[in-house]
Order: sequence, then C-alpha cells, then structure tokens
Amino acid sequence: MKFAIQVNEGPYQHQASDSAFQFAKAAIENGHEIMRVFFYHDGVNNASRFTLPPQDDRHVVNNWASLDIKNADGEPELVVCVAAALRRGMLDESEATKNSIEGNNLHPAFRISGLGQLIEAGIQSDRLVVFGD
Amino acid sequence: MLHTVNKSSFERNSLQSCLNTIDDSSVILFIEDGVINAANNANSSMIADLAANGRVFALQGDVDARGISSKLADNIKLVDYSGFVDLVVEHGTAVSWV
Repeated sequence: MKFAIQVNEGPYQHQASDSAFQFAKAAIENGHEIMRVFFYHDGVNNASRFTLPPQDDRHVVNNWASLDIKNADGEPELVVCVAAALRRGMLDESEATKNSIEGNNLHPAFRISGLGQLIEAGIQSDRLVVFGD
Repeated sequence: MLHTVNKSSFERNSLQSCLNTIDDSSVILFIEDGVINAANNANSSMIADLAANGRVFALQGDVDARGISSKLADNIKLVDYSGFVDLVVEHGTAVSWV
C-alpha cells in the first residue's frame, strides 16, 4: 500500500518526529511504500544538516535520511514546505542564492517544495498519516 | 476509521473531541502521551465500553516508556509500530487528534 506521512513538529521537542520515523520504518519493513514525507510548520527543522545531537542520542535527521525515500526520478521524497522553511531559516543552495544569503543548511536527503506536494500526496497515496503536537 | 490520540485528557480535551466525533465502526489508538488515557485510573466509561468491544488500542513502546503497563484498563489491546501500520491499512483514513 502507498503511504504518505505529514510531520508538523520539530525534532527533540515533542515525540512526533520519532513516532513518524518509527511508523515509516515499520511500514517499509512490512512491505509498504512511503511515497512522500511532507514536513510542515516546525517539522521543517527535521531537515537541518547542521543537527549534532550527543553521540549517545538518536540522530533524527540522519534517521530520516537513512530511509532513502526517493521517487522514480531519483529525487528525494522527504519534502520540506518552502514557506515554513524560509520563515525558520531552513535554506537549500537555490533559496540561499536567490535571497543573497551565504551558506545553506538543508540536508541533501530532503528537498524544498510547495504545499501542493502535500495535496498531491493526499490524492496519490492510499493513506495519509499525520504526526504533530 | 482510525483515530489516533496523542495527548492525555489531563492535558488537553482532544480525547473528548474524538469521542464526540467517532462513529460505530471507528477504532481509537493511543500513542505518545495519549497512552495515559489507557491507564485504569484515567479511564472514562465510554472508553471502557469501546474497549469491551475491542475498539481501543495503545502503542506498547509508549505504554512501557510511561510505566503504566501494569496499570492498563481492561480490554485495551497493545500494538507495536507494525501493528500501528496494520491498523492504518485495515481502517482506512487515519484522523490524528493532537
């Protein structure tokens, strides 16, 4: 079955990111497909490649990246909402250049796109599951 | 329909909103702090009735993490994440009460 997941909360604050990751992992292990994970609101903070938790703590960002969720064209299907991301200083190279800002912090396993991607995920998947707080 | 509840009713009224909304075919899954609603001292009569009909589930890992595995109300079924996935598959649209 085709699953889509929406994450509305940042990592390390509430449990939503961890629950969503464990759910995605279990779905893949059970033979289902995760067609997209959409990060919205504070959920965009799941995508920072500068995240450095202590060594004995779980690494939420790398956990997401380890799922290696991509589409047929090889693009990441860990999708970060552009408006939510820019508000919170989450930038990829293209957004940084466009806004004349030096540096960028989006993990390469993620990509920035619009809210339409969430709507599309809701239409194209068999199940959309929302995690938030 | 599957309804997930991730808050204790001591903290928010999302469980009550869920109970006001569900139909006769719905099932409830308690996750995160929502598992506190599955403790035998936090239980409403409506939850007890739904549980008696096999329609109330709680996520094992979150129950264990909060030390209430020995205090679970009657008839609450425990599932792991794999069981969570199966519930979503079986019951269609999942509504997240937060």
